[in-house]
Amino acid sequence: MLALLWKDLLIEFRTKETLASLLMLGLLILLIMSFAFDPTSELRRAAAPGVLWVAVIFAGVLGINRSLLHERENDCMHGLLLAPLDRGTIYLAKTAANFLFMLAADVVVVPAFIFFFNLPLWITVTRLLPVLLLGLLGFAAIGTLFAAISLRTRAREVMLPLLILPLASPLVIASVQASSALLNGASVRTVGHWLNLLVGFDAVFLVVGWLTFEYAISE
Amino acid sequence: MSSHRTANDPPSGERGSASGVIDIGLAAASFLAILGAIYCVFVYVPTDALQGPVQRIFYVHMSMWLPTFTAFAIVAVASVLYLWRGQPAWDRLGQCAAEIGLLFCTLGLITGSVWARPIWGTWWTWDPRLTLTLVLWMIYATYLLLRTLSTDSHQGATFAAILGVSGIVDLYLINRAVYWWRGIHPAVIVNQKGGSGLTDPQMQITLVVCLLGFFLLFVWLLRLRMQAARLQDIVEDVRELLTHPS
Repeated sequence: MLALLWKDLLIEFRTKETLASLLMLGLLILLIMSFAFDPTSELRRAAAPGVLWVAVIFAGVLGINRSLLHERENDCMHGLLLAPLDRGTIYLAKTAANFLFMLAADVVVVPAFIFFFNLPLWITVTRLLPVLLLGLLGFAAIGTLFAAISLRTRAREVMLPLLILPLASPLVIASVQASSALLNGASVRTVGHWLNLLVGFDAVFLVVGWLTFEYAISE
Repeated sequence: MSSHRTANDPPSGERGSASGVIDIGLAAASFLAILGAIYCVFVYVPTDALQGPVQRIFYVHMSMWLPTFTAFAIVAVASVLYLWRGQPAWDRLGQCAAEIGLLFCTLGLITGSVWARPIWGTWWTWDPRLTLTLVLWMIYATYLLLRTLSTDSHQGATFAAILGVSGIVDLYLINRAVYWWRGIHPAVIVNQKGGSGLTDPQMQITLVVCLLGFFLLFVWLLRLRMQAARLQDIVEDVRELLTHPS
């Protein structure tokens, strides 16, 4: 599993294309969203956590799509399938890689978000970190499973958001609500139920993905 | 190469006639029950004291949910069994149940909206139950879309089954999320769907007749759809045999 993860990271390190596109897209969405809301109003401050998560999620959708597209090019997936590995292991490696890519992109996107929305840097970062980690993990878990599916359908890129966004609705609600409360100064304890929900979501979809990935990639 | 969806059971004569009788029986029963339901809703049941005549749509609205949730439960069970056993019949059952469940779900959302407009003063609110239903509607709409956009029917069936399984394990999480989401802010409108009226025995009878009528209709539609799907599979098998005789 570590070898597979290392392979993905090495490819990314050499080409930097997934990370670059993830990053640019995340920044662009932040910019567009700032245009959509009046930059001076209180409304924008209230909308800030939503904006962050829209940026994270849409950039994530494209990033995950790209990472599985790599496997289709030159039939790398067949190579992986021939390897004497449990299919669940391939899934976990892919999920870990996607999680790390999104996290790396957010290392830039989150400070940009703080900068654009004029928020206190360290307090925001430390408060958002647990929500961000749990949210990204769940999103990588569900995204990796369904990207394997959507890339083999005719609609491809369109299909992934259609598949995962309704299923990810608890994740989106929990992440946005928890971020919103934390940015407004609530203590971590008061958002405990949202964090529990995120942990539950992550666990459920890691297990579902691990069990069903085999069906999603076998010919 | 043979098509994966082989029709296990040939449409033999005796089996056909027995199920034909059930079909006619179901059709007749649901026709009569819905006729009865129409009579009950428009003539028999007294007008609600608070809500007026609009409340009559509640009986039909309520009747949509029993078939909807039965259908989605069938999809979940059929998905698990298809992934586990790989028999095409389970896939057919899942697909047909999803289609008909989505039909009833759509009708339920529409009738609910029609009722909510005069009573709540709005077509839609982000009430937890409404939100949950909308998310479910989207999951099962995608379930059907996924099949039509798959390159071959075996893949489509497997992918849809994965979505069917994910949908059902996600249900509890979605439910918790939407309830907490709306629970933090006080609800603008207290959700009391016709609750006040149902102590009246005439209203209870009407509701039961409606539930029964639409549930029978659902079972009948599901059977018809299953038969059509099976015939379709047979046609595909025959076509496969004709084009690639091996």
